[in-house]
Amino acid sequence: MGNIAMKVPYFFWASLFFLTGFCLPGVAQTQEKVDFERDVKPVLDRSCSACHGAKAQMGGLRLDAKSTAMAGGQSGKAIMPGDGAHSPLYLRTAGAGDQPRMPMGGKPLPPEQLAILKRWIDEGAAWPDGVGAQNAAVKKHWAYVAPVRPALPAVREAAWPRNPVDRFVLARLEKEGLAHSPETDKITLLRRASLDLTGLPPTAAEVKAFLADSSPRAYEKQVERLLASPHYGERWARIWLDAARYADSDGFEKDKPRWVWFYRDWVIQAFNRDLPYDQFLEQQLAGDLMARTAKSAAEAQELRVATGFLRNSMINEEGGIDPEQFRMEAMFDRMDAVGKAMLGVTIQCAQCHNHKFDPLTQEEYYKLFAFLNNSHESNAAVYTPGERKLRQQVLSRVAGLESALEKRMPDWRARLKAMSSQPGDWTTVNLAAEDISTGGQKFLEMGDGSMLASGYAPTKSRVKLQGKTAATGITAMRLELLMDPNLPRGGPGRSIKGTGALTEFEAEVAPVDDPSKVMPVKFVRALADVNLKEAPIDAIYRDKEELAGKKEPRVTGPVAYAIDGDDKTAWGIDDGPARRNQPRNAVFIASKPFGFPGGTLVTVYLKQNHGGWNSDDNQNYNMGRMRVSVTTLAEPKPVLPESFELLRERVPEWAAENAEIEKVWNGHPEGSTQLVLNERAERRMTNILSRGDFLKPGKAVEPGVPAFLHALPAKLTPDEPARLTFARWVAARNSPTTARSFVNRVWQSYFGTGLVETPEDLGKQSPAPSHPELLDWLAVEFMDGGWKVKDLHRAIVTSATYRQSSRLTPELKERDLFNRLLARGPRVRVEGEIVRDIALAASGLLNDEVGGPSVFPPAPSFLFQPPASYGPKVWDEAKGTERYRRALYTFRYRSVPYPMLTNFDTPNGDIACVRRTRSNTPLQALTTLNEPLFFEAAQALGKLTMHDGGATDRQRLVFAFERCTSRKPTAAEEAELTAFLNKQQKRFQEPGRAWTAMARLLLNLDETITKE
Amino acid sequence: MTSRRWFVRECPIGMGALALNHLMGATLEDPMAPKKPHFAPKAKRVVFLFMAGAPSHLEMFDYKPQLEKFDGTLPPADLLKGYRAAFINPNSRLMGPRFKFSKHGQSGAELSELIPHTAAIADDLTIVKSMVTDAFNHAPGQLLMNTGSQQFGRPSFGAWTLYGLGSETRDLPAFVVFSSGKKGPSGGNSCWGSGFIPTVYQGVQFRSSGDPVLYLSNPPGVDGELQRDTLDSARRLNQMRLEATGDPEIETRINSFEMAYRMQSSAPELMDLSKEPQHILDMYGAVPGKPSFANNCLLTRRLLERGVRFVQLYHEAWDQHGSLVKDIQINCKDTDQASAALVKDLKQRGLLEDTIVIWGGEFGRTPMVQGTGKPDGRDHHPNAFTMWMAGGGLKPGLVLGETDELGFNVARNKVHVHDLHATLLNQLGFDHTKLTYRFQGRDFRLTDVHGNVVREMLA
Repeated sequence: MGNIAMKVPYFFWASLFFLTGFCLPGVAQTQEKVDFERDVKPVLDRSCSACHGAKAQMGGLRLDAKSTAMAGGQSGKAIMPGDGAHSPLYLRTAGAGDQPRMPMGGKPLPPEQLAILKRWIDEGAAWPDGVGAQNAAVKKHWAYVAPVRPALPAVREAAWPRNPVDRFVLARLEKEGLAHSPETDKITLLRRASLDLTGLPPTAAEVKAFLADSSPRAYEKQVERLLASPHYGERWARIWLDAARYADSDGFEKDKPRWVWFYRDWVIQAFNRDLPYDQFLEQQLAGDLMARTAKSAAEAQELRVATGFLRNSMINEEGGIDPEQFRMEAMFDRMDAVGKAMLGVTIQCAQCHNHKFDPLTQEEYYKLFAFLNNSHESNAAVYTPGERKLRQQVLSRVAGLESALEKRMPDWRARLKAMSSQPGDWTTVNLAAEDISTGGQKFLEMGDGSMLASGYAPTKSRVKLQGKTAATGITAMRLELLMDPNLPRGGPGRSIKGTGALTEFEAEVAPVDDPSKVMPVKFVRALADVNLKEAPIDAIYRDKEELAGKKEPRVTGPVAYAIDGDDKTAWGIDDGPARRNQPRNAVFIASKPFGFPGGTLVTVYLKQNHGGWNSDDNQNYNMGRMRVSVTTLAEPKPVLPESFELLRERVPEWAAENAEIEKVWNGHPEGSTQLVLNERAERRMTNILSRGDFLKPGKAVEPGVPAFLHALPAKLTPDEPARLTFARWVAARNSPTTARSFVNRVWQSYFGTGLVETPEDLGKQSPAPSHPELLDWLAVEFMDGGWKVKDLHRAIVTSATYRQSSRLTPELKERDLFNRLLARGPRVRVEGEIVRDIALAASGLLNDEVGGPSVFPPAPSFLFQPPASYGPKVWDEAKGTERYRRALYTFRYRSVPYPMLTNFDTPNGDIACVRRTRSNTPLQALTTLNEPLFFEAAQALGKLTMHDGGATDRQRLVFAFERCTSRKPTAAEEAELTAFLNKQQKRFQEPGRAWTAMARLLLNLDETITKE
Repeated sequence: MTSRRWFVRECPIGMGALALNHLMGATLEDPMAPKKPHFAPKAKRVVFLFMAGAPSHLEMFDYKPQLEKFDGTLPPADLLKGYRAAFINPNSRLMGPRFKFSKHGQSGAELSELIPHTAAIADDLTIVKSMVTDAFNHAPGQLLMNTGSQQFGRPSFGAWTLYGLGSETRDLPAFVVFSSGKKGPSGGNSCWGSGFIPTVYQGVQFRSSGDPVLYLSNPPGVDGELQRDTLDSARRLNQMRLEATGDPEIETRINSFEMAYRMQSSAPELMDLSKEPQHILDMYGAVPGKPSFANNCLLTRRLLERGVRFVQLYHEAWDQHGSLVKDIQINCKDTDQASAALVKDLKQRGLLEDTIVIWGGEFGRTPMVQGTGKPDGRDHHPNAFTMWMAGGGLKPGLVLGETDELGFNVARNKVHVHDLHATLLNQLGFDHTKLTYRFQGRDFRLTDVHGNVVREMLA
């Protein structure tokens, strides 16, 4: 193939040489009309068709067929018959205007050929029918044409189909001459549907009720019950979370825990409340923008939390990284996730070059990228409904108490102003960090004289900042701690609470013209807008000795602690959850005025030693965004915001009232945080990156969508943010891939393989769908029914196709081993999480609470310590019933994934995954046989069996077997089990041990962890 | 078009039966069955001694008298054009090598006093002094060295090797990973992950004390007889279910349980170093029961003898931003003797000829100094570093490549990480451009779209 591809252009080049060298003079001489086939087509074939031909249609333009060439591409018509001078085909090849000359990256067309093109268009662009690629052949690839509702095929066995799904399946089977399988038995069907819809096996009572229900719609009733179960959302959330590359840690070397479980719970609830899928997508892409018009704080929070999808990218805070490089890596990851999870299109390749197989150009990739490239990476405070209620109560109570006090001091604003400096009294000193002093932390200059600490966050550092000032007679320096949307909870600190502590503030000055003449600045007094009482640092910031009680914990307190020369004390700004996240400033007054007439070199040392022992964990207690300025005021003061609190606290007579307010504040909930997107006010430019390298930006691009997909919808309002329009585009009714990609993945979850085998790529390179009309019917039905996911499930699980027995007959084994034709029901080992959940459910240990922070079930502790892991990690094994939560809630460290789940093919969240592999390995056997929690389950099931299983061994045996498989054993199975039990009962005196052994055997059966 | 069909039907690897089965979501054929590569391989096994953190080539392998001469001066400005450093201002003073070098063996390889044991086997080694990489942060650098990509989600070299060659043991995992040193690798589990290829190909972490494999031991109260009874009953019950459902996957599960059982006896035997003769323990510097890099090297030899295909030893300890002199001495003491002993031991057992041993980290270190006061460190440096290999049909006694006078850039025979991968795959019998796995509509390779076999390295 490669050789032929090489030869084609060469061949045409040769023939063109012939044309240009021989025919063209003829044309020029006689001014005979240009002949398309003889004169133009070779030019197009040689110079254009590689990128605008059958294989690729860059910019949506295809020039080898009449219909497409005349239709034009993404940027409109390329050929305007009669007007060569204004036709882009001519203009672009001639290199006119400021757009790159075509052929892109190739040799410019010689003037003779340009003249031919222009004249051909001028003469009316005649293109004889039948010349060039034909219309039938230029049909777009099926995946890029929006699905239309197909007609239901006729079938011979009209009695079998229960709904249209079956018509498509049966029609294919009849065509292949294959018979469908009979309906499976009721127990297997209920177990199958329960595992599929909730990820949990049915209880004995549920099985009994179903068996007893002989009404015609007995099964449909069960389906409704399962769809209404809160566990339905858990099951389908897990599938989405794979695609959303969900994990509870940052990844890379530090792999610190992060707080994203609000997003996980949002996904669960979205499925449970059957949030239409189009809105489900829109909210994840632009929830923060939709939150601007939310009706309540609760709704706004939900919408913001949804953007956690985009923030599930990994974060690298390894020492010495360039934060911009890894912001770009995260952007690439987001593009990949949007492509795989939402669009079902592989777009990653175009990060570096034009997509080789699908018609996505690199420019189009970066146009898509531009939609997402304008966000802050925020970490927002979030509250559960209970916490929010409490918070509202606290806020209104404080407001009430403060307004009563305000009435007693009507002139408080004027008084406050007298205590405050004016912003104009201070001159900013532009400082830059000395690389070597930061310990690999980076200080980004923010353009307003402030710096944002980013990248690595050491827990102990003494950062050296240097800058110049022309001021003389400087009486004081001021340190402002500023808010920033990229800091936790908005800052102003870098700790997980958005706070920081300043151990010492030190400065030196030297004349600019003699930098070696360094003089220390002595500070005699410090003032600040916040001066808290002395308090020991929180446990997360403590050193090992402090934690062990061998040393008193270091303290934070008033700003004087920042100039007391004592490393144990620091200026603290953490004023509790309601008030800790606000800008702060401190003023340090020098013993005598300083500043050299020829300019002063100012060196500031920020000593921040109040972080904890482990820089590989969330233990930093650093300041986030800061700015330093100087003043010549005789009596320098901090700049105070208009906050009544600052004043009332200074009124001694109000001690009781102040104490009461503080008491109310103390009732404010701590809340949690969630990684979210937050739109930037100032637009960030997007450039094409050469080979995806952020250091090689090329042409700037505007947001836009690829030509081979549907068009961007019109803005709903003139000021609709681009990302919101993009979100509506992804979830648009006319998207060729969005609905197909989702229904295909849902199908895959049920049958083990999708209708298209490659759910990550519904494109030119994907294998053809096994049932293309069924795929389209499901997609159209799904969209036209309002994108209701539960309706999609109903259509599938109530079909006769789904209800078939999964038995693999010799004929099917021969003809359709992989069940692509769907002549039988699915039989597959369940996913890793469900392997665990089945053991917990069967043993009665399962704690089926829905939602909340991730939990730490038993795990080998050495895995979380060096040298197994890079840094020491926290794994506080849950002691109570939290250890028996569903596996969905198991804390997920990306670099040290939970081994039980890894052994069962659970992805670790590094990248979006829309298809798990399904292996069958000895490590899995060791896991279910010996892993501590599985053994606990065996013990618990043994105990339960002895207790509740009946009076006789036989009853008990059946009881235990049913708990694992939902059915009763056959006679042969019972004989085998009885023999096993008898032997163990003889060996072990204590009956409990024999029953534990029995339970362990049953939990390890293939059937127990299989959906039949 | 005909060539494509041929690939589907007959080519053992690439778009072969295995990949198709995977696409079908099934594992009916044993994905670990031994497979033939594209051509007769020189090597069947790989040991990768991964010196995570990035050792200083300038202290160990790459003697630079000029660097010594210009110690304390600033590097030439044109050298730093476009250069990014992780921690230091690139315009920092040069620091000469801190250790003495001398020539060794017939090959005359110039090696430092830090690694006398390695120096003693210089004539068995293929030393490449001209390695370059693209990454200068640890996690991306380690990923690139292991998976050919700085981005997460790609299969590791070990996983590719298993995918291509299958396994020659049914009692042990075919890809084993150990970790020693100060901490685990920066890249975490993804360094030995399977990316988008089937998970059976990922590395399995072994511990050199306690249970080598997680969940290997029976739970308390379960003795050997009960374990056997359990597996026998489970087998019979599963067999009944197989007859009822016809699903061949059940047969695979029965086999998996039997393999697990065999692993339960073979792994502890494997891990028991006390049976090794004293002179072998001494040769490695291994002490039974005391976890160390040396123990892991000796265990590696035992694994290879038992048919394990790929063993990777992480020793993360080499990130000498400071305390270079002291810490590199410690690291060499911990690794030099055992690394050399492994090569010697494999050689004396006839295993070296078809085993590739690789020694190296993710990048090199700056000729410029890092630190204040009495600076004693070097920053990350992707432009030049050294690795050595032995066995597997590579040319022994070869010193390939050269850096410039300061050890800053490669001056001759540049070997990129992709070239290294191409060369190693070549020794394993693969055309690196044809060992592919289809994912997202594209045939992925360990070498992505890069890599050339370094013919000079081949024997």
